[in-house]
Amino acid sequence: MHVERTSTLEVRTSEDVVRVRQEVRNRSAAVGFSLVDQTKFVTAASEIARNTIDHGGGGSARIETITIPGKRGLRLVFEDQGPGIADIELAMQDGYSTAGGLGMGMPGSKRLSNEFYVESAPGKGTKITLVRWKSV
Amino acid sequence: MEQIPILKVGRCLLVSIQIDMHDKLAMALQDDLTQKLVETRARGVLIDISALDLVDSFIGRMLSNIAAMARVLDAQTVVVGMRPQVAITLVELGLTLPGIQTALDVDRGLALISKLMDEPEGDRGARGAH
Amino acid sequence: MVARARSMIPTLLKTHETMVLTSWMKSQVTAGSLRSGQMKEDELKDQSERFLREFVHALESGETNDISGATWSSVRDLLAEVSRSRAAQGFSPSQTATFVFSLKEPVFTLLRDEIKDDAAKLAEEMWTATTLVDKLGLYTTEVYQLRRDDIIKRQAQELLELSTPVVQLWDKILALPLIGTLDSERTQTVMENLLNSIVHSGAEIAIIDITGVPTVDTLVAQHLIKTVSAARLMGADCIISGIRPQIAQTIVHLGLQLDVISKATMADAFALALRRTGQVVNRAQTKPT
Repeated sequence: MHVERTSTLEVRTSEDVVRVRQEVRNRSAAVGFSLVDQTKFVTAASEIARNTIDHGGGGSARIETITIPGKRGLRLVFEDQGPGIADIELAMQDGYSTAGGLGMGMPGSKRLSNEFYVESAPGKGTKITLVRWKSV
Repeated sequence: MEQIPILKVGRCLLVSIQIDMHDKLAMALQDDLTQKLVETRARGVLIDISALDLVDSFIGRMLSNIAAMARVLDAQTVVVGMRPQVAITLVELGLTLPGIQTALDVDRGLALISKLMDEPEGDRGARGAH
Repeated sequence: MVARARSMIPTLLKTHETMVLTSWMKSQVTAGSLRSGQMKEDELKDQSERFLREFVHALESGETNDISGATWSSVRDLLAEVSRSRAAQGFSPSQTATFVFSLKEPVFTLLRDEIKDDAAKLAEEMWTATTLVDKLGLYTTEVYQLRRDDIIKRQAQELLELSTPVVQLWDKILALPLIGTLDSERTQTVMENLLNSIVHSGAEIAIIDITGVPTVDTLVAQHLIKTVSAARLMGADCIISGIRPQIAQTIVHLGLQLDVISKATMADAFALALRRTGQVVNRAQTKPT
């Protein structure tokens, strides 16, 4: 896998969430995602960015354009040094939420992405990776 | 902080969301609308989201909250102009916005609100949850 | 591992560029790269020249083993380009890989001619050349396969779109006759077509006819519900028609909750749609003669 381009954004305020959306939108368009795929991925980014602030106490987002032979895509890595997720499986269930919301941030974002990885443990922060490939 | 303008059109409040809202702005809009609803005793709220290229769970919740608060104040809410790619994404997210009426555009939205506002009050409880 | 002395190959290739290019072109043509006019000689020459240049450039960096890093990225990009265009022109994977493999002969000849007095050095350089060319040739094949897969997927996609037409039955009423199974990929296409049609036609009701859908199980029902929900978000209501008796039974047996009005026939659905959109179809009066 080859990383063509990277940008990193702070994710601390609600204005940062808007900036993340706009950057992911621009990069998705540059990679050539269809309009529907762009919307899906930007929405997923918005959800996770918000989680990073609400649950993780703020962190960063890294946006990378990636290639493997014959395919191009976008990878988003959201990291925070917050309390971490105690039960990842539980968090991935629809309807579950610890912040009083509808709890569809993570499972929803997973459905909107092609690949979705969560690395987290109590006290160890959280790292969420989303990948979407340009479909033919 | 910027404010989203709320217009009064007949017995209706009309909001047209033109910008990429951050969460604080969305909450402010929710508060503003509720306040105006009480002030003007409007019977309908029309929210035009035709300029939005994205509706995530926060904005979705905002819309649901507005509809719920409006209902408590005996007003109908109609959301108009959702873009196809936004609808497809919302459905994938699992957000179907129950309790919110929708219409394709402002014209149809106003027609729908008129119809809903003219219904006898007893019937109104039975309609609605889509 | 003992650090190897820098390879002589890039220097030799630069010095004898024209000769290598000519003889490489010749082996490619002999191997059939210009068969039946699929590709012109100019195009082949241009690709070969550019490849040689990038190849030499990458070799000069000193990396002669790992082609997956940044130094070899221009070469990889070029090979991907060659591979894609050959795949699109209908060449087979081995014919495409010939582009790279046929470079061995001129390079070996060059090495044998230039490294006459050091057998160990000759062997080492030939080993470097052969492993490098092998890796690049394999890379070309990989990209080729992926590209063919993409083409097939795209053709499947186009077929998909053709098989999910949306028809305007009447003012404000659309019909969507579904033929075949509804999997998640198809559902995406169906939703896009339907929603775009709703925007273009201003429809308020969409009749989704499932006569042509062989089975309705939990997954298919979920896909149908998704489609209905999406249409509703755009202000259009849905009616499902074409429910065959077996389908009705399956739905009840599986306890599927289809939260939408359903009718047995399209005709019934259409009549309902007319009523709900406040439209009336009147029989024409025949004029008395």
